Amino acid sequence: MDKQQVQTIERESMIRNRLREVLRYLFLILWAILVLFPFYWMILTSVKSYSAYNSEYVPKFFTLSPTVQNYIQAFTAVPLARYFFNTLVFTLVTTALMMIVIIFAAFAFARLDFKGKDIVFSMFLSLMMIPNELVIITNFVTITNLDLRNTYLGLILPSVTSVFYIYLLKENFEQIPEELYKAAKVDGTSDMRYLFKVMIPISKPTLVTVTILKVIECWNSYVWPRLITDDKNFFLVSNGIQEIRENGFGRENIPAMMAAVVVISLPLVVLFLIFRKKIMEGVARGGTKG
Amino acid sequence: MKKNLTAWLCLLPALAFLLVFMVYPLVDVFIYSFEEGYNFASQSYFGVGLYNYDYVLHDPYFIQALKNTFIIVIITVPLSTGIALFISLELSNIKLIRDFFQTVYFLPYVTNTLAVGLVFMILFKKTPYSDGLVNILIQFFGGTGVDFIDGPYWAKMFVMCFYTIWIVMPFKILILTSALASVNPMYYKAAKVDGTSSFRTFYKITLPMISPMVFYLVITGFIGAFKAYSDEVALFGTDLNAAGMNTIVGYVYDMLYGNSGGYPSYASAAALILFAIVFTITTINLMVSKKTVFYN
Amino acid sequence: MKIVLEHLTKRFPNRNKKIKDEVVAVSDFNFTIPDGKLVGLLGPSGCGKSTALNLICGLEKPTEGRIYFEDLDVTGLEPEKRGVGLVFQNYALYPHLTVRENIRFPLENLRGEDKLTKEVMEEKVLEAAKLVQIDSLLDRKPNEMSGGQQQRVAIARALVKMPKVLLLDEPLSNLDARLRLQTREEIKRIQTETGITTVFVTHDQEEAMSISDIIVVMKDGVLQQMGKPQEIYDEPINLFVAKFLGTPQINVFEGSVRSEKVYIGESPVMDAKGVGDGDVYVAVRPEGFIVDENGPLACSFINREVMGRDTSVIATNEHFLGENIRAIIPSEEEVVPVDGCVRFSLKPHKVRLFDKIIEERIRTE
Repeated sequence: MDKQQVQTIERESMIRNRLREVLRYLFLILWAILVLFPFYWMILTSVKSYSAYNSEYVPKFFTLSPTVQNYIQAFTAVPLARYFFNTLVFTLVTTALMMIVIIFAAFAFARLDFKGKDIVFSMFLSLMMIPNELVIITNFVTITNLDLRNTYLGLILPSVTSVFYIYLLKENFEQIPEELYKAAKVDGTSDMRYLFKVMIPISKPTLVTVTILKVIECWNSYVWPRLITDDKNFFLVSNGIQEIRENGFGRENIPAMMAAVVVISLPLVVLFLIFRKKIMEGVARGGTKG
Repeated sequence: MKKNLTAWLCLLPALAFLLVFMVYPLVDVFIYSFEEGYNFASQSYFGVGLYNYDYVLHDPYFIQALKNTFIIVIITVPLSTGIALFISLELSNIKLIRDFFQTVYFLPYVTNTLAVGLVFMILFKKTPYSDGLVNILIQFFGGTGVDFIDGPYWAKMFVMCFYTIWIVMPFKILILTSALASVNPMYYKAAKVDGTSSFRTFYKITLPMISPMVFYLVITGFIGAFKAYSDEVALFGTDLNAAGMNTIVGYVYDMLYGNSGGYPSYASAAALILFAIVFTITTINLMVSKKTVFYN
Repeated sequence: MKIVLEHLTKRFPNRNKKIKDEVVAVSDFNFTIPDGKLVGLLGPSGCGKSTALNLICGLEKPTEGRIYFEDLDVTGLEPEKRGVGLVFQNYALYPHLTVRENIRFPLENLRGEDKLTKEVMEEKVLEAAKLVQIDSLLDRKPNEMSGGQQQRVAIARALVKMPKVLLLDEPLSNLDARLRLQTREEIKRIQTETGITTVFVTHDQEEAMSISDIIVVMKDGVLQQMGKPQEIYDEPINLFVAKFLGTPQINVFEGSVRSEKVYIGESPVMDAKGVGDGDVYVAVRPEGFIVDENGPLACSFINREVMGRDTSVIATNEHFLGENIRAIIPSEEEVVPVDGCVRFSLKPHKVRLFDKIIEERIRTE
């Protein structure tokens, strides 16, 4: 190979790499548009006025006269604020209760010694394989028989344990060196003080992740609330949006509908943008959708 | 002794909730499924046997739901996994604004399925005022529009699968990008020095290295797709039977509650049939994986 | 505080569940740790020394036997009731707490009439911190400090309640060589200053030798020998102890005693008064060799390592057990191998004889 040839080869491979790079970015941008477009469209539609929207046979991709009218209507014509409040209560109470339940359970499995631990734990693990669809039928009957339909309690109770999160937390607790526990014991630290003063502070990152994942799950839950509530006063946002679609705003007021959709989606998107790293790490470590 | 007590006290809440809302229901669903003619109001039944299963398996709505579910599974699982793999590969090859892309791609994960489903509906739906954005695009490129929401079966199925893929993609991309990031770059360097083509590098190095994760996605993908339900409601409304777009899970809920509800026995039988299907498919998946997946 | 161990035994079920035999970690320990001494518990890894420490501390309960602190039987007491302080190999500092909070942690556990006020706690924390000379680092987090500093914090935390017994489990193993030297002097200083009976576990004989008042040598759960460092070095009771103490290791030859003379091969190397005929191990400390062109022990010369203060002569001999003989001689002395051969005579007080079967010391008159 002489100098000339080397240069030609260099140039060719450079061009090929550039081309590949451009194609790669084009493709990635295309997918990003595909993901973002529905979000753009819902925001756009939500600020178009009702008459403007209906007069566009070919929908415009932007609007020069944005209006907040739809948002006002979303909160006045349907009880959106009520749905919001219900969801907030449901999400906060369920998440808080679950955290308490799973922290104690994970602590028992990770640090305490008791008879039958192995058996109880393997029973826990086998429950992880049970799909929600199998148990929801009886739970529906149970809650109905307890007269807890259309109550917060009925909504919350079946969701306050998660075998999976107990497992995740137990693994995390076990990573704390055993010496810390021994050191604490020599100092006369009680188990509970050790849990609250040492384990929980050290495991804070995992606890935050689990909390966020549970909040997302609660905020978006649809099936159970749908079964257990038929009184609009206890609807969560998912059921609310379904109700709006079928009965609200006189069927065709799509801009108002989109305003409601924006309002419902916003809290989680904001939460996501704040805790982006934590959420993505948490999901990568073992979250699932649904 | 004191130690035992503390431990059981710690476990008590979890155990109590799991017993009431998981273990007991699990037993109960079997019992329901064999109680013939169970009446929800009087809580009585008149026989024990396989009638509920027989009824469900001959119910045209169930057959339709079964067919829909299988189509969704067969189309969305391979397609979403494949596309996600491709996107993740491209993503792992860039440096500039990669973080931005990852954030954007993950966005659908945190959105309310029901809410965004409405946006998809208006994008695909034909109304008296407008044919909807998608149809207008099709017409712009010389095609003929079709109502994707109330129109022919294949069109509805198309939107269905499209939306399902859109929804499951964030999770898969995330898992695959982190799997790809954990492959030791040393292997790529070695392959490069040996002059391995990029396709061969992918096929012989990358894929085997990330195969456990790919397989994990396939298994969870199957399980998730078999349980499809709320995406359907988001697009076609709660009366899925009328739309002809019901799924097995949808059938279970409809039997339990709603316009055609009040039959927990049928619901239980259908749920157990679903569980049997998922269990079988997962077992087959695991068997295949033992043979093909490369573990470190 | 004097610690008395009486028939102390600890057995664990075998980890391999198929094997029924129990593992004996500590077997029938009987000894007394005198008040105010620094005691090194020395043995190879897996010899049960950490278990012994855990028994004294109360984290493990013995299978048999009793433990007394002075006259008080503490066998059934929980660790926090025994008044002991424990320091771990990897420090076991709480990573989310500052140094001050770490040291204060044990004090905050006190309840009822023992409960301390904030001011008293602060005072005690400062006192402990001063003792280990970390009082300027009180507001740091553990991960902002070096290993040596972390270990000092761990010691301060163990000392803050003024325990009657201080236990250290491999306190120096996680430190690099330089810090190890420094910290072990530090431990000695703190122990001398406080006068607390201190037991520390180590597998490093040099560490044990350098700071202990008393060394306890263990092997496979069995106590081998207990005594002052120099005593154990000079008068090991068996071959294991002889080999375990001292670097470079003691040089062991196969030999025999005939008519009160010790032979290595066919060369008589020294006298052995009062010893009956038979095969023996002849163990020679590295400093027990004298280069002597007329010496009885002929070895083939391999190499010489100059170390400044002295020189190691590396050689070999067909009766030597192990790879190479290491002899340490003053650096002024010349070593001139003749035909690849170097000859030594031995210093009798650096040579110990052991029975070839039971490997126990054979004493000469």
